[in-house]
Amino acid sequence: MAIEVRIPTILRNYTGGAKVVEGSGDTLSELLSDLDARHSGLRGRLITEEGGLHRFVNVYVNDEDVRFLGALDTKLSDGDTVTILPAVAGGAFGFAAAAAILGHRAARAASDEQRL
Amino acid sequence: MGVLTIDRAIVDAILAHARRDHPDEACGVVAGPVGSDKPVRHIPMLNAARSMTFYEFDSMEYLRVWREMDDRDEEAVVIYHSHTATEAYPSRSDASIAGWPEAHYLLVSTRDPAVEEIRSFRIVDGAVTEEPVRIVDATVDPHAVQTYMFGQSPATVDYECSGR
Repeated sequence: MAIEVRIPTILRNYTGGAKVVEGSGDTLSELLSDLDARHSGLRGRLITEEGGLHRFVNVYVNDEDVRFLGALDTKLSDGDTVTILPAVAGGAFGFAAAAAILGHRAARAASDEQRL
Repeated sequence: MGVLTIDRAIVDAILAHARRDHPDEACGVVAGPVGSDKPVRHIPMLNAARSMTFYEFDSMEYLRVWREMDDRDEEAVVIYHSHTATEAYPSRSDASIAGWPEAHYLLVSTRDPAVEEIRSFRIVDGAVTEEPVRIVDATVDPHAVQTYMFGQSPATVDYECSGR
């Protein structure tokens, strides 16, 4: 099963410079493990030590953000396109302070905040 | 050291966006042909955080804009956001999150309505390096001249690094 994965420039050092790679898996988590077998270290840039999707990486399956599809459990099918984009975010405050203000994001950020 | 060369009209549009969204932070990109280092197409974007102290690209708009750039053989030459009460210098979160090492990270501050505060940075692996901003085809702006007093001429205004 082939799934096209679009890699942002900052992660292309893991793919030998390739902008697009192919992988397989029934879920996003399986796909990332499959990719990591050939592009060692890539999975670690996307997944936290706690095993959740990194707060500051956006991953899309086709036109949907996986945060709204089941995150790492998102189901994949042959022919899907997965796009990875590093979040563009920041601001005058540190993120912890911002997270406290942005209550509606707390659930979404959940497991990843302790990283900062 | 690099330099950001950018048209006056685009700088004006970015400043207008930042002033319009003040006191919330504003954000966006300026796209240009891949490899050109030339910012030509200003794309103001939503701040999904709608916050005075934080910004984040809206996830769906981000995907759409990046796909559109891809289709046009463009890339994000400039990624900008505003600080609304503090200086135009990357915060720790700006630096740690920045994920486009090839982009110019342009910051503007809207803390003083009478002052244009524009600075540009490269952010690679969390390391921040300031670079000068060279504004071309500038209309003569007495305020800018008074504020910066560096290298201005009728055709160009150079915003030099402040040495921080």
